[in-house]
Amino acid sequence: MATSYVLSSSSSLFLSQNDVGVSLFSSQPSRSIQIMQKKVSRKIESIMAPQRSARNPSMTGSVKTRMTMTEKIFSRASEKSQVNPGDNVWINVDVLMTHDACGPGCIGVFKKEFGDDAKVWDREKIVIIADHYIFTSDERANRNLNFVRDFCIEQGIKYFYDITDRSDFKANPDYKGVCHVALAQEGHCRPGEVMIGTDSHTCTAGAFGQFATGVGNTDAAFGFETGKVLLKVPPTLRFVLDGEMPDYLLAKDLILQIIGEISVSGATYKAMEFVGSTIESLTMEERMTLCNMVVEAGGKNSVIPADATTFKYLEDRTSVPYEPVYSDDQARFVAEYRIDASKLEPVVAKPHSPDNRALARECKDVKTDRVYIGSCTGGKTEDFLAAAKVFLASGEKVKVPTFLVPATQKVWMDLYTLPVPGSGGKTCSQIFEAAGCDTPTSPSCGACLGGPRDVYARLNEPQVCVSTTNRNFPGRMGHTEGQIYLASPYTAAASALTGFVTDPREFLR
Amino acid sequence: MAAAASLANPTTFSSSLSRSRHHQPFASLATSNVFNATKQRSFKPLISQSIVSSTSPVTRRTSVVAAATANSSSSASSTSFHGLCYVVGDNIDTDQIIPAEYLTLVPSKPEEYKKLGSYALIGLPASYETRFVEPEEFQSKYKIIIAGDNFGCGSSREHAPVALGAAGVTAVVAESYARIFFRNSVATGEVYPLESEARVCEECKTGDVVTIELEQSLLINHTSGKEYKLKPIGDAGPVIEAGGIFAYARKAGMIPA
Repeated sequence: MATSYVLSSSSSLFLSQNDVGVSLFSSQPSRSIQIMQKKVSRKIESIMAPQRSARNPSMTGSVKTRMTMTEKIFSRASEKSQVNPGDNVWINVDVLMTHDACGPGCIGVFKKEFGDDAKVWDREKIVIIADHYIFTSDERANRNLNFVRDFCIEQGIKYFYDITDRSDFKANPDYKGVCHVALAQEGHCRPGEVMIGTDSHTCTAGAFGQFATGVGNTDAAFGFETGKVLLKVPPTLRFVLDGEMPDYLLAKDLILQIIGEISVSGATYKAMEFVGSTIESLTMEERMTLCNMVVEAGGKNSVIPADATTFKYLEDRTSVPYEPVYSDDQARFVAEYRIDASKLEPVVAKPHSPDNRALARECKDVKTDRVYIGSCTGGKTEDFLAAAKVFLASGEKVKVPTFLVPATQKVWMDLYTLPVPGSGGKTCSQIFEAAGCDTPTSPSCGACLGGPRDVYARLNEPQVCVSTTNRNFPGRMGHTEGQIYLASPYTAAASALTGFVTDPREFLR
Repeated sequence: MAAAASLANPTTFSSSLSRSRHHQPFASLATSNVFNATKQRSFKPLISQSIVSSTSPVTRRTSVVAAATANSSSSASSTSFHGLCYVVGDNIDTDQIIPAEYLTLVPSKPEEYKKLGSYALIGLPASYETRFVEPEEFQSKYKIIIAGDNFGCGSSREHAPVALGAAGVTAVVAESYARIFFRNSVATGEVYPLESEARVCEECKTGDVVTIELEQSLLINHTSGKEYKLKPIGDAGPVIEAGGIFAYARKAGMIPA
């Protein structure tokens, strides 16, 4: 399944579509864009009309700036009419996020630099979320959350999604769960905006057509005080995905396919822009899955143009006005990749790298000891609905321990309330129970990143795990010799049913 | 280029550091602990840990020390790092540099900062036979890390460069970096992130004695006798020279002085 393509130094622009439907166009941007002018449908059926402030002509496209979406967001956020990749600019932050794992470090630097009496620049633009080390008896973890809480109270932080009673997450009305999913569910992700978070998967929010990227504690502390961050404008890699998504394929397969294509450093310092009819057909949660893992390719951020799907999602979640941006027709891209989604097959990332791609069906002799369904990547409502679909189709019981970790309180509730299509009214939880999975546990980041020793489903032995999470570097889920196969929820569920890495078509046809 | 003697006795500079502004990681004060202002409070002087048999490094250290004392705010003094190197491969992610279970340690607390150092690179698989930090130790005898591509990929945890710095690492020479790790190294001042032109991780072995001469952009491997060109620091230079992101912002008028 190796995709081979030649990037000649001459101006060869087209390469034949190979058998997996991926082709690469050389980086002669302006010419390639003209030739491959795929009209991205911008038909909008119904939208919440955002309030429109007077727009600078250079932003409306009437002046041909040739900027990509990401460049436009930088341009607006830095108050410059034009930016180019490579420019270092100070940009205004619309939402700054931190969580219980990095919050303490961030607060420490903030106070050290600006004094104990320092106040954050805008108490409504900071979102602090308890999600990483929550359901653990680790004393330091518990202490850190208290420390973060004290800071939020002192500063009057408006959005602090806290938990105080760990014995029953449902008893905590403010508690949400995994930050990236909570940010979306709570309406903090808006097109055209800038989001910075002390977490590498902050790029997830790019699904909403905004610039969102991860930074460290020091940069975030700087942001706490100034509301700004110094960033270099990234050049953009464009991924055009067309073709109908097969019914055994999910966004996780798409991103694993791409990372396997360009490697774990293929997008370093670059923006990854996803367009095309396949992208337009994806739900917001699927788009989030896709954008979530761009950091695994080294990507700085990802963007998907906002459309009717985006606006519909945001309708009941935010009343903050926003203004989407779109790449100019003449925007310059470093490279453009074309993918025919209809030709793709379910894939996994084998140990120990997210770019160690293989077809799921070629790994059918790999015995697995357990299956983990959870995290910002694969623990959203639709991820569980997908897994339930496979269990339902099979009717059998799982052969290995199958751990279910909903990302947020809302996801947990959906598991117990939403009917699964085609099941005659059963909920996900009922289907999971019938299949012999573990009971869905309290929502958090869980064992995706290992964490304290007592975290539920942590890999404490050198076992094989098929997981819907985002990284499989050595020791990621706990034990250094653990072997993690990254997979879509379909593939994970199928693997649970057989006890081997399994292509979901075994059950979905 | 910010000046930082690699082997200056930190106690000599404690008084000059206390005169400086708080948290000035890349200040042009010539001290080894420029890259880690908090280090000097808790740790033994680096000089005793990095002495090797050759006498010339001693001479160099002395001259840098002298230059530093004479000219504490000069940014023109030469900068070098010296010590044993530890070699790793490609795609060393931050989970290997500092596994998630240790992220509950908060870097701004001196005791926990020290502990982070003891866990640096503890996540490396068993194929790395030499441990980076010995059990029961808080610092590593290896001052310089030599790496392949995409060093520091994965999680954004700032604990990664912090753990390395706490363990006594002064600089990393990698073929390339993941962006968040690079940013965090520059922002914290914990390790100086340098890029090599060649694939030095295949030419150097753990335990080789190396020197990095910043001004000449050179990595010298004394054990093998070879020299390697380093890439210029690039856009991070002004931030490093100013003394970190906060100092840079103050200079640029972004935040009040």
